[in-house]
Parts: sequence; C-alpha cells; structure tokens
Amino acid sequence: MKSVNTSRRDFLKMISAAGGGLVIGFPFSGHAAAPVTTDNSELSETYYHDAFIQITSSNAIHFYLPRSEMGQGVYHGLTTLIAEELSTSPDLITVHHASVDKAFNNVEFGVQGTGGSNSMRTHYLPLRQAGANARMAILNAASDQLNAPITELTLQDGQVLHQNQRYPFGDFVGVASQHSPPTHSPLKPSADFLFIGKDRTRIDSHSKSNGSAQFGIDIELPNLMRAVLKRCPVRGGTVKSYDDKTAISMPGVKCIVQVNNGIAVVAESYWQARQASSKIVVEWDLPELAKFSSADFKHTLHTILENEDGKEAYIKGSGDTLLASSETVFTAEYWAPYLSHATMEPMNCTVRIENNQCDVWVGSQLPDVAKGIAALYSEIDIENVTIHSTFLGGGFGRRLSADYVAEATTIAKASGLPIQLIWSREDDMQNDFYRPASLVQFSASVDTNGLLNTFSVKRAGPNIQPYQIENALPGLAPAFIPEGITQWLSEKGHCLYKSWILDESSTEGLYESYDTPNKLVRHVTVDPGLPTGSWRSVGHSISGFFKESFIDEIAYNTQQDPVEFRLKNSTQDKVFSQVIEVAAQKADWGKPKHAGSSQGIAAHSSFSSTVAQVAEVSVINNQIKVHRVVCVVNCGMIVNPDIVRAQMEGGINFALTAALYGNIDVVDGAVKQSNFHDYPILRMDAAPEIDVHIIPTDNPPTGVGEPAVPPLAAAIANAVFAATGKRLRSLPLTMG
Amino acid sequence: MISFELNGQSVSTDASPDTPLLWVIRDYFKLKGSKFGCGMGLCGACTMHLNGEAIRTCIYPIAAAEGSNITTIEGISPKDTIHLVQQAWVDRSVPQCGYCQSGQIMAASALLTNNNAPTDSEIDRAMQGNICRCGTYPRIKQAIKDAASAIQANGGVAYYTPSASTPASTNSPEALT
Repeated sequence: MKSVNTSRRDFLKMISAAGGGLVIGFPFSGHAAAPVTTDNSELSETYYHDAFIQITSSNAIHFYLPRSEMGQGVYHGLTTLIAEELSTSPDLITVHHASVDKAFNNVEFGVQGTGGSNSMRTHYLPLRQAGANARMAILNAASDQLNAPITELTLQDGQVLHQNQRYPFGDFVGVASQHSPPTHSPLKPSADFLFIGKDRTRIDSHSKSNGSAQFGIDIELPNLMRAVLKRCPVRGGTVKSYDDKTAISMPGVKCIVQVNNGIAVVAESYWQARQASSKIVVEWDLPELAKFSSADFKHTLHTILENEDGKEAYIKGSGDTLLASSETVFTAEYWAPYLSHATMEPMNCTVRIENNQCDVWVGSQLPDVAKGIAALYSEIDIENVTIHSTFLGGGFGRRLSADYVAEATTIAKASGLPIQLIWSREDDMQNDFYRPASLVQFSASVDTNGLLNTFSVKRAGPNIQPYQIENALPGLAPAFIPEGITQWLSEKGHCLYKSWILDESSTEGLYESYDTPNKLVRHVTVDPGLPTGSWRSVGHSISGFFKESFIDEIAYNTQQDPVEFRLKNSTQDKVFSQVIEVAAQKADWGKPKHAGSSQGIAAHSSFSSTVAQVAEVSVINNQIKVHRVVCVVNCGMIVNPDIVRAQMEGGINFALTAALYGNIDVVDGAVKQSNFHDYPILRMDAAPEIDVHIIPTDNPPTGVGEPAVPPLAAAIANAVFAATGKRLRSLPLTMG
Repeated sequence: MISFELNGQSVSTDASPDTPLLWVIRDYFKLKGSKFGCGMGLCGACTMHLNGEAIRTCIYPIAAAEGSNITTIEGISPKDTIHLVQQAWVDRSVPQCGYCQSGQIMAASALLTNNNAPTDSEIDRAMQGNICRCGTYPRIKQAIKDAASAIQANGGVAYYTPSASTPASTNSPEALT
C-alpha cells in the first residue's frame, strides 16, 4: 500500500466523515486517577465539548484547553502533554479555549475554575492519559488498515510511520472511530519523552507577538455597541436620581439605561460612550462602607489584636503557653495594606441577547460561574447561554469574580442591544476585589540551642471567602433554588465567616514550614466591607512577607546566620530546607555579586511548590534598589523549564510591585488610587536581574503561577535590614 | 473628515477630532492589536508609530494625526514578512498574558530604528513607558538585544521573509463562532 494512494485516502476520508472524527475525552470530576473515554455513541454535536482531543480526517489535531490562559502558560504546557503522547509537535496542535462543560471542571474545585496554581498538577496524568488513548486508537486502526503489528508502527508529528512510509493520522480516524475508544492505554515512558522536560518556545508567542491573539476586549460583532458604566464612587451605592439630558443627545449615543449599580451609556464607539458618561450627573444613596477610611485601619486592627483573643486556627504542642515562662520572648507586628490586581486588560465583557439566546464573550477564570451569572441576569435558560472564552489579559485572581459579566448582561438586556462593556483603568482600580489589608502579631521563643520552641501568631483583617461565595453562588446555585435563598446564602456568608467558619486563606502560610514543637495561630475577623478577593498566591502573598521577616528577626536577635537559622529549624521539611540551601549556594551567600549590596533570604511553600529567594539590595539616599534575585524552586518534575523560569521571573516582578509600591487607600468608602500614576507598577528600569534554578526531581509536577510571589518582599526587607539595620515591618517597603 | 496613512494605506475617518487615535484604530478600523490599558499615556499598551516615532495613542487626538503615517502592530513589517523584533519575542517566549506586548514591540522597534545597538540603560530609558504586569522585563530586554544583533546581521533591514520550510504554528486566534 502506498501512502500516496489517492483513492484509498478518499475512501478513508469518507468513512471518517461518517464517523465524525475521533474524539477522545473523559469526565474530569472525580476521575483524575482513572479517566475514562466517552462512549462512541456520544459523538454527536451535543457532546462535542466533552472532548479534549479531536482528530479529524483532514489530519487536524484539536485540543480543547480546559483551563484559562492568563499568562501562566497552560496554553502551551497542557498542550505539551497531549503532544507528548501523540509524539507530535505542540506547534501542530490547534488549541481552542474550551467552552463551559462539566467535563472541563477543575477536579480540586468542582467548578470550571483556573487558579490555585493547580493546572499542571491536576492535569498532568489525566491529559497524558487522553493523549495516550488517542495514540492507541490511531495505532490500533493503523495496525488494522496497514495489516502490520503495532510494534512496527511509530508516531511522528501527526503521521504514522511504517516501513519508510508516512501516513497522516487522518487516514485512520474513520476506522478508529468505529471501535470503542481505548482506555487506560499505557503512558509513554519518561525515557522516550520528546517534549516534556525540554525547553520549547511557547506556542502562544506567535499570536501574542503580532497582535492577533484575541482578548475579551478585542471581540467584534455586527452592530456591536460599546457600553460604559458610571458607578457609585463607594462600592455598593445605588442611584438615587440622575440627569442624563446632556448625555443622551451626544454623538453616537444609542441609549442610557439604569442598572442595579449605576447608569450605563450605550454608544457606537467607546470614546462616545465615555464622553457621554462624563456628562451624566448622579446623586447616590451611599452604603455603610462610606463611613470607612483606611487611614486608621492599621490602628483599629492593632487595638483589636491587643484586646481580642480571636478564634484558634491551628495549634500544635502546647500552643503559646510556654511563652509566659520563657526568659526571652520575641514579638513583632507586621502590616500589609489593601492591594489592587491591576491586570493590564481592564475588565470587559461582550453580551448579545437575541432570539432567546445569550452569547457571552469573556476572559474569565470561572467561565461556568460567568455562564450562571449571565443566565441569571439575562433571564434566559442556562441551556441557551453560551460562553465564548478568550485569552485573559492578566488574571491574578481578579477574573475569578463575575461582577463585570453581571453588569454587561444587565446592560445588554436593558438596552436590547449587543454590547461590549469596557471598564476604564479608573473603573478597574476602584472596583476591584482587593487583597485584604492585614495586621499580625508574632510572639516566639528560642531554646538554648537556638531552636524555635514556641511560635505564635494572631492575624486580624477581612476574609476573602465570603466575597467569593457572594460572587459565585448566584452563578452556581441550581435553577431550582429560589433566587431569594441564593441571595440569603450569599449574604450569610459574611456572618458565617465572622462567627464560626475559618477562612483558611486568612492564615495560610503564617506558620507551617518550621519545626517548632509548639505553635498557635489565632484569627480575628475585622471587615469594613471593601470587597476582597484572591490576589496571586492569596494568603501566602501576605504571610510570606510576615513569616519570613519575623524568622529573620529571630535569627539576628539570637546572633544566628539567617540561612543557618532557617536550616536548623526546618529539618522535618526537606524540600523546604533544600531550596534554602541551594539558594544560599547559588547566590554565593555572604558575597553579593553587586558591589556594595546586601543580601536577604526568604523561603515559602505554597500550592505544593517551594521557593527560596536571595535578594541583593542596596539602599542609596533612602531608596531601595533591588539589583538581583536568585530564585530556587522545587515544583516537582518539569514539563517546560522555560515556562517555570518565566513564571519565577514574572512572579518576582509582580511581587516587587507590591513590595515597593503597592497600596490602596480608602477615603470615605471610596478607593483613592485611580491609575498608574498613583498606583505605580514596576517598570523595566527598576526590574532586577533574576537567576532561576530548578531543583531536579521525579516527583509529580506542581504549580508555578503563584509560588514565586510569597518570599520576595521578605527577601528584600531582610536585605534592607542587612544593609541598614532597619527592620521594615510594613508594606510597601519604604525607608521613610 | 480626517485623512492619514494607516499601515501604508490612505484612509479617512469621520470620528470626532478629539477621539484618541487608539479608539479610531480599534473601533472604526477594527484593528485590535493595539490595546487599551490606562487612557492616560501611562502604560504604553496603545503604542503605535507616528511617522516612525513611538507615541501613546490613547491620549493622541485623531485631529493631530491628519496627514501623518500611522503604523500599528499589524503593519509593523511588509506583508508576508516577520519583523525581527517579533521573531526575537517568539524565540525568547517573551509574552505571558500577552496583552501589553504589541505596545512593547512597537516601542522596541522604534528604539531599534533609531539605535541599532542600544545599551542596557538606553533600553531601560526607551522602554520605561511600557508596563508589563506579568513582569516579562528580563526577556523583553534580552529580546531587544537579540533583535538588534539580528537586524545588524540582516544588513540593517528589520524584517525578513520566512522561507516555506520555516515551521509555522497552526495556532491562530480563536475565530468567532
């Protein structure tokens, strides 16, 4: 048989067409360890989205990416898993952002969410299994058709190789789809890996370098109108009255509609909508939050920590009871302010409601919640709501919230027009779900051998979970739950977390890694009502600074080297102590590369990965200059080392913005900062040299999107202490 | 009507004279590669070339563009060619979320037009108006140096025509469905 036999190719194409192509997929939820393929009878259009891989008779390989790509690299990384099992370059696989379907749920969340740095960790085996099953299906069919044993067949770049002949996968799709899809096909042995573990340029670099990558804001539809929304400066405020007489007659304006949280202008172009919006005068009914200003918040929290015990979050050994009899107790108080996410792409969402169908184009970290929210606000059956996912111009946790989807859907419904809601930078910065402000008080004692004996910490501040519940629940609650109950549950979330549920993210990272026999963690919920949310590495992003700074204090106060002190107090967590050891070695601890600079070290475990960083810092004219960061990461085995390095670099620079500049002030309930002049972001001239080292290991892969963030601020503050003797206990770090 | 050259073509628009160039390009000419980031000229996501110079188009009224040559990311090099700055971006896997990268590339290519061997501090100076929230700065800097070398090696020409054998990604942006 010749591979160029046209009539045979046509014949194969015909049966392929009849069979609809080979589709391999499996439900994710609860089946991470034992994936199954979809039944052949389900290969109808209806079940199209159940599949991760589609191979067509025209030899196209499609991969339906179950996680949102927001910069962290899943578009390339998860495709690599499929590519590996098919022995086909990732460049030859066409990647689609998956639509919403339970098959695409995140197994750890039970919803279709991207976060918690868990994409590679939870997909590594299931997606390889899907790829391996597809490979086996192609091999079985090729073996039949070519009358050759499987052992004589090899796969390479979308082709089956047999006796110096090459046959496209598509030739075998028809036959493959007639058989029950294989399950539990053996995974490729790691010795045969072509792509996993090797550097490879990202497949989304092309479209992201020529302007063609499509973000939510880039959606264009026939007769699509742009909308801007004028909101109350204080979150939760409502319209008392408004005057739109001037605005309504301005060029391009189609209509002005009142929605639940403001007045929306719908116009032909964004600029027209924005101009008209500025001419609307609104009188607001202000919410309770208007009584809050953040200037005194640190002091308020301090008073509360001094006077309230709070709830116990964790206890080990005898807690903090031994402190009373300790000769020396080290104490310190640390502060972190509210922070905004400030993704580069401001929030936006495009909604078209037509013929009892609601189509939503949006970059979201929780597209199934977006779908539920769109159904709720469009009052269209959820079966008739379609989410079209796009690339996300940054997520960092901000796009876990669906507030902008609710707004866009409401405006589309009220105006009767297909609209794209675009937030200004000011809208974005002042209507965020902020990283909560936090104050902690530490107390610790050390035994005569310099080992931590008791480690106690109490945190006061807002939680995140109640706001996440409030945001997500209306989008997730089954249709049979009356709306009133959903609302009740959402509101109750705040009371529950205040009184008896502990939000794990409020104390995570404050206490875990060191050996200390006695530990106590307590928490006091204090929430002025400014909405909070997950912010890249969540609780760890704050705890890493607090814990690693305080540990450093104890080291210096007990005349111990910060590296030595950490190592001797982390003998039970070998992964943790190893990154510290390697970081000290790679950074040449004690001998900074930049003349006149000082070093500081910090380490932190989050999302199953562990990172240590050594920062080289100098303080000149009271300005903190970060020259270099040496970063060591243990994130299990590596799928693409270059993406790991990129996430460490990016995480460090993201964290550096927070360490040096990040601060959101609230005045009479309104967020004061509005744009990049008063909420500065790190720029190239302040970005340090970064050296990343990856610990080689065969353990399963873990995440890299967030874990570089937590240690960074502490590494810098610790270096500042080494340089100046001044201990910085508040973010952002200033010598002030 | 305001007339100008857009990526080598004569165009005109009836957008009101105060409309920022960015929104004329995005909303009227439907070229979506140039991004909106801040609306105050602070982040550089909207960077285009006006007569070869990098400008912040979110604050540049269209009236001021009358008669000028505007180049966007879509027109950075002649049809069917690849700009060496873009190639360097791909080779270094610079983009993460990618949202700011059109602006970064426009700023970098303008720099290299004026200075084909920039020092680190010259790169810092030319690029500090462009924010990358993902923090890709080390790679941007390295890619600019790579592109500078590549342009020098290409006789000062900043783009090339990929040969048929050049592996091209099948990955295209999602088509609207």
